[in-house]
This record gives sequence, structure tokens and C-alpha cells, in this order.
Amino acid sequence: MKSITKQKDFEAVKEILEPFDRIFIFGCGTCTTMTHTGGVEEVAEMCGKLQELGKLVTGSTVVPTACDEVTEEIMKQHGQAIENATAILVMSCALGVQKIASYIEKPVIPAVDTLFIGVEDTPGTFKEACDQCGQCIIGETAGICPITACHKGLVNGPCGGTSNGKCEVDKERDCAFTLIYNRLKIQGRLDLMKKYHEPKNYHVEPRPKVIKVS
Amino acid sequence: MAKFKEALNSGKFVVTAEVGPPKGTDITETLEHIDLIKDKVDGINSTDNQSSVMRISSLATCVLIKQRGGEPILQMTCRDRNRMGLESDLLGANVLGIDNVLCLTGDYVTVGDHLDAKPVFDLDSVQLVQAVRMMEAGKDLGGNELNAPVKFCCGAIVTPESDPIEPQLMKYEKKVKAGIEFVQTQAIYDIENFKKFMQYARKVNGDVKILAGIVLLTGAGMAKYMNANVPGIVVPDALIEELKSAEKGKAVQKGIEIAGRMIKQIKDEKICDGVHIMAIGREGVVPDILAAAGL
Repeated sequence: MKSITKQKDFEAVKEILEPFDRIFIFGCGTCTTMTHTGGVEEVAEMCGKLQELGKLVTGSTVVPTACDEVTEEIMKQHGQAIENATAILVMSCALGVQKIASYIEKPVIPAVDTLFIGVEDTPGTFKEACDQCGQCIIGETAGICPITACHKGLVNGPCGGTSNGKCEVDKERDCAFTLIYNRLKIQGRLDLMKKYHEPKNYHVEPRPKVIKVS
Repeated sequence: MAKFKEALNSGKFVVTAEVGPPKGTDITETLEHIDLIKDKVDGINSTDNQSSVMRISSLATCVLIKQRGGEPILQMTCRDRNRMGLESDLLGANVLGIDNVLCLTGDYVTVGDHLDAKPVFDLDSVQLVQAVRMMEAGKDLGGNELNAPVKFCCGAIVTPESDPIEPQLMKYEKKVKAGIEFVQTQAIYDIENFKKFMQYARKVNGDVKILAGIVLLTGAGMAKYMNANVPGIVVPDALIEELKSAEKGKAVQKGIEIAGRMIKQIKDEKICDGVHIMAIGREGVVPDILAAAGL
């Protein structure tokens, strides 16, 4: 599972950093490294761009996993450089941004947008795999999640927009229910497609979601 | 009993048509279309932000149809409202004298004119049918009592030309089990294929009445466009050739002739229980189609 991100347009980063002249930059060695949105190279590139704008980069680091506890320790090691900065630019997914923001009172600003939780489908192609809905039904849908694989997130079967096994929204994409049908057929479990699924509970875990593991 | 339900129960060949509400507050043309067809059909659908293009609401348009003396069929999609919004509109529709509802999933927002809008799809079409039936039993989807229940003649749609067809049929069976009373199909053009669908449908159907979808062809270009771009619609080559053969400026006339001929065949051969005519933007010609069909 990876948090899939894309870099914000540099103009947007420039605009939000406008009031700040001294910046400390964080990258992340896990998800944004894999998606080339906030690894060592991208952090170095961002340093260069900010310097070109006339900003002082007080320091930078690529932490192993920004959302991990270790991040707090690493922040202490960079205490002085962070202290010298007026804003912190974070090139990790939103989990890392929020983790870092929880440790510091200075403005913490994301340089990337977090898109979805996904897996690498083919090299360099990441695909949404789970919407974290809290009511997993893929045991009945041949391991294919209709919440994410169907653009409407339907659970009771295909809409009228399916055509030759493809989706009306994007003809390159498979219709989730054709995939589910084909696989259930191989498994000899097609009856599952006739099962009625009740309306979902959108509050299995009410927002803001918090779970205490004992 | 509501007029449309009576027509379905009567055993007669049922005809419905539809109006697409306008984008804006000028309803002159909409009212003209309603007046032209209201006495010639058994029910008039009002589409619900069709093709994900924002327009006057389906509910408001149904009220207009009712005011003009027509029998409205409220199309409800799951795209723009969550379950509370849908249920509350069902209550509202019923007290305003709207007795018929057609439950659809709805097109996705990105095919329409509000590309950045949040798609809802809290319910799907099967669940919406269930919601209607629950509210008829006096309870809402939260399990709460209504002070008085709703009463609807409730329908859904099916796409007989969907490919692959089996998943579509399995969903159709769920709609039948949920308790629909009528079906308006996606456009059909290949009557032989449609007969095969009807053989299947009759097996799972119970008392569900099936109205074959007839979309007016306005020219060979439109037919080809639909073949390439509209899922579940297949216009056979022979019909495209026939449209091409029309004299210049007479393609719509040819389309009316084709629609009339198909309706007549469906009626004469008792292939299904009626037709639903979609003239998409040319509602004014519905009486001509009916005349061409000998109705």
C-alpha cells in the first residue's frame, strides 16, 4: 500500500510561499520517493528552484518515512535549521505533512497533493486499490473492489454505461462488473452477483476516524 | 389508482414519452411539448439532469406536467442527492400528486457540464427501488416511521444490448426482486435481438411490464454517433443505409417512419407491453411518430 501523490504546480507552491523567505524542506524516503514526487532528487530540485526565487533554504532532509515516529527525532537533529526557517515545505503525502505539523508551530506547507491509496499495477503505473470504506466486500466480488474500480462505486451491478466490457467515462478502463463477472465465472460463484447489497454505512468509523488498538 | 398504473394493468399497449427540462427559467417550449403529447400518451417522463447537464429539476417539471393535465413519471437518479435528499423528494413528489417514479443510477458527472462536481451515488438504482418500497411500508431508510406512507408505481431501466449482457441481466433480476412494476428499456433497434431479451425477461419478470425504448433517429450521422459513443445502443447498418437514402432535409421524416414502423411491429407481434418514446430535443414530433405507428 502506498500513498500516491503528485507534485503541486510550482506556481501554486510559489504563491503560498510568497510571505516566507527562509524555508526548510522535508522529503520522504517511502511513498513520494517511489512516485518521484518527494525523494532525494526532487528535494534537491526544489531547493534549486526556491533559491532561484531568492529564498534562503535553511536546510533539507529526506526522512525514511515521514508519517513515522522517527520523524520527530530527525526534526530534533535539524533543530537549528528548522528554527532558522519561517516556513516548512513538505514533499511527503498528507500523512507526513500532518505528522510534521503536529510537532511544530511554524507554518507547514505541502508541496504535493495526495491523490489516493494505491498499488503499483505495472512499473510506474499506480492504481487506486482501496477507499478504506470500512465494509470490505471483495470476498464476494472476486477480489476486485467495486467501490474503487467502478467510477460510481456501485455495489449491485453495472450501470447502463458499460460497453464491450469498458467504462463510459474512459473507454480505456475496464468495467469493474465485467471484471468481477469474468472472475466469479471462473470461480463458479456467479450466484454472488445476484446478491443484493444494502446501502452502505458511511459511518462505520465516524469522522474524524480514531481507533485505539489495545 | 394512478392513471399510469391503470394503463399498465389494463392490458392495452402502453405508450410513454419524455420531456427534457430546459436549462434556464424559460419553459415556453417545454409547456408546448407537454401540451402536444399529454393526451396522446399514458405517461410523460421528466428527465433528471439528463446526461449530467444541470437543468430545471425533474420534480418541478413533473409538477408542470401535472398542472397541464398530463401524467408525470418522475425520473430520479442517484448522482446528485444522498439517501436523505432522495427520500425527501419522494415524499414531496407524492404529496404534489406525482404517482410514478423511475429509478436510475444516473450518468457520471464527468460526461456533463459540471465537471468538477461531487458525484453522490450514496444509493444505486436497486437500493433506490428498495427505498421506495420501504417508504410504502411506512418507514424510511433510517428505520424511522413516516406519519403516512408514500404510494408509487415504481419502475427502472434495463439495457438489452449491453455487452456483456449477463451482468446487466443479473442486476435486472435484483430490480425485479426489489419490486419494480415497469421497465423502460434503453433504446433498441434490432427487434430480433430484443425478442431474445424478452424471452429471458418473461422468465424472471412476474408482473413487470416492459416498455421498449424508442429513440428517434434524426439522421445517419446521429445513428453512427450513437453507435460509437453511447453504451448499450446498437443501430444496425440497414437502418443507417435507410436514413442515408432519405432525400435531403428529410432524414428526420425517415427517422419518424422508422420509429413508427418499429412501434407498430412491437405492438402487432405483442413483443412487449408498450413503448417509451425518446425524441431527445424533438418532443414536438412524438404525435407524428404515433401517427406513423397507427396509434
